[in-house]
Amino acid sequence: MTPPMIEANGITKAFGTTLALDHVDLEVEAGTVLGLLGPNGAGKTTFVRILTTLLRADAGSASVAGFDVTRDAVALRSAIGLAGQYAAVDELLTGRENLELVGLLYHLGKAERRLRAVETLERLALTEAADRQVKTYSGGMRRRLDVGASLVGRPKVLFLDEPTTGLDPATRIDLWRFIETLVEEGATVLLTTQYLEEADRLANRIVVIDHGRVIAEGTSNELKAQLGGAVLEVTLTEGDQLDKVAALLADLGHSPPAEDLARNLVTIPSDADPKVIVEAARRLGDRGIGLEDIALRRPSLDDVFLSLTGHGAEDGPGQGAEPDGEPSATHGARR
Amino acid sequence: MTTVGAVAVGHPPRRVSVREGLADVAGITQRNLRRIVRTPRLLIFSSIQPIMFVLLFRYVFAGAIKVLHGDYVDYLMPGIFLQTSLFGGASTAVGLAADLQGGIIDRFRSLPMARSAVLAGRTLADLIRNVFVVALMVFVGVLVGFRFHGTVGTDLAGIGLVLLFGYAFSWLFVTVGLYVKDPETAQVAGFIPLFPLVFASSAFVPVASMPGWLQAFANVQPVSVSVDAARALLIGGPIEHWLWQALVWAGGVLVVFAVLGVRQYRRI
Repeated sequence: MTPPMIEANGITKAFGTTLALDHVDLEVEAGTVLGLLGPNGAGKTTFVRILTTLLRADAGSASVAGFDVTRDAVALRSAIGLAGQYAAVDELLTGRENLELVGLLYHLGKAERRLRAVETLERLALTEAADRQVKTYSGGMRRRLDVGASLVGRPKVLFLDEPTTGLDPATRIDLWRFIETLVEEGATVLLTTQYLEEADRLANRIVVIDHGRVIAEGTSNELKAQLGGAVLEVTLTEGDQLDKVAALLADLGHSPPAEDLARNLVTIPSDADPKVIVEAARRLGDRGIGLEDIALRRPSLDDVFLSLTGHGAEDGPGQGAEPDGEPSATHGARR
Repeated sequence: MTTVGAVAVGHPPRRVSVREGLADVAGITQRNLRRIVRTPRLLIFSSIQPIMFVLLFRYVFAGAIKVLHGDYVDYLMPGIFLQTSLFGGASTAVGLAADLQGGIIDRFRSLPMARSAVLAGRTLADLIRNVFVVALMVFVGVLVGFRFHGTVGTDLAGIGLVLLFGYAFSWLFVTVGLYVKDPETAQVAGFIPLFPLVFASSAFVPVASMPGWLQAFANVQPVSVSVDAARALLIGGPIEHWLWQALVWAGGVLVVFAVLGVRQYRRI
């Protein structure tokens, strides 16, 4: 039995009257990737800041690589790497100078930090730009350098706080491939993201967090399995009929329907049976309800998120569909 | 090949050693000096302001200001040196606030470095910049007629005192920068304590020409004391009387604000 690389028990943090984290427990085994998934303002960054000793928790305890976040802060810092949401590199220094500075601050010898800067630049395909000031870099290059800076100390545990937020799709996929390589090499990673696709692709286990609380955890497949075999997705032409449609089709599913006001969408977890879609289309057609699209597909993490929180993962809290209670009440109204 | 999962050999140190701490300070100082050198326009424009002060006082106000002994230009320049050194500290506040906003302080704080090194490296880099700016002001001063009247030893001590005073006050700006957290506010906030200290002092005009109530303040406040000490060293006068007071002020400001600054840094 090896102890977990990251262990957090009852981590609680309030800013004024706002409870940012409410008794968060979490464990990450060595050599695995944990995806911490949640919308903006869910408390993901606060949690990472506590685990990386940037912020002190009000209550609870946590350790990373066996070091307590408060008692062994210096030792902990030498065992971790952090890449943030905002590329924390110096614009006026070159890429190489940035990495060598980080190496110096990890207290590596001169020859060693030069070597690691060269290696890191090579790995992140920045060798050509090594001696240019960072202010001339593109957003993607800057982010790669930021991730590179977190690798210079050869950390046991890597914290990636929304590493691809704000990147274009091609750059995002590049960075995903790179993170996958790190994982193949045995890195322990805590990755926060608001992109379900990202957690789905990179994480062994996913913890879903909303309003500072853990609301679900498991593998991507376990989370999807909570929703059963498939999802019936009905997109309407008129937004004001969402409640009516949810009530009308609720008995076709095995879990309560969820509504997404922003997209005029009703999703119903159901069996993977084509009869479901035929029956749904017939009922809607009989009542003359305008359909934009209707589909039966495998559930995505987005569906999981929607059914857990009542709002989509990429919406802020309070936007999107109605709270949890609403669809089940509708469900109960059906005979 | 870099391997993230590789287990480090041996136990990492629990505390940052003094040697490592000094290396951290050197690393951060070098980083800040590179930033200064790579923004030459900022350096040029921030040097123009004190030059304008010299010209303003030397040629516009000089005729209206009566000093007891010697030429006004000799009276003026020690004040200008001190003002330049002091105003240079404002960029310490701006630079730190910009680092906070840009997120690089988060990176530094996540590294196993000495926490005070970020602040010490910032103030040292700004001190080194001040050496060049004050040297420039000496050059400008000589061009407009200023002459040293002390020995080489007292002249160097006078310039050293000016730099020390500016360095001590840069820790006040450290505290301001960490407190306001954004560069624009830091720029404005930094000057608030400076204006009364620099202008209600003996830097540009004799305190005797001020109303009585203001003299009470102007006679004892740190800028007057330090300018008078620098003046005594550079152009002659009773050195001892002012020098120890100036050193006490500089030491006091340094200690108080280094403590407050480091405390504020830990709290971010």
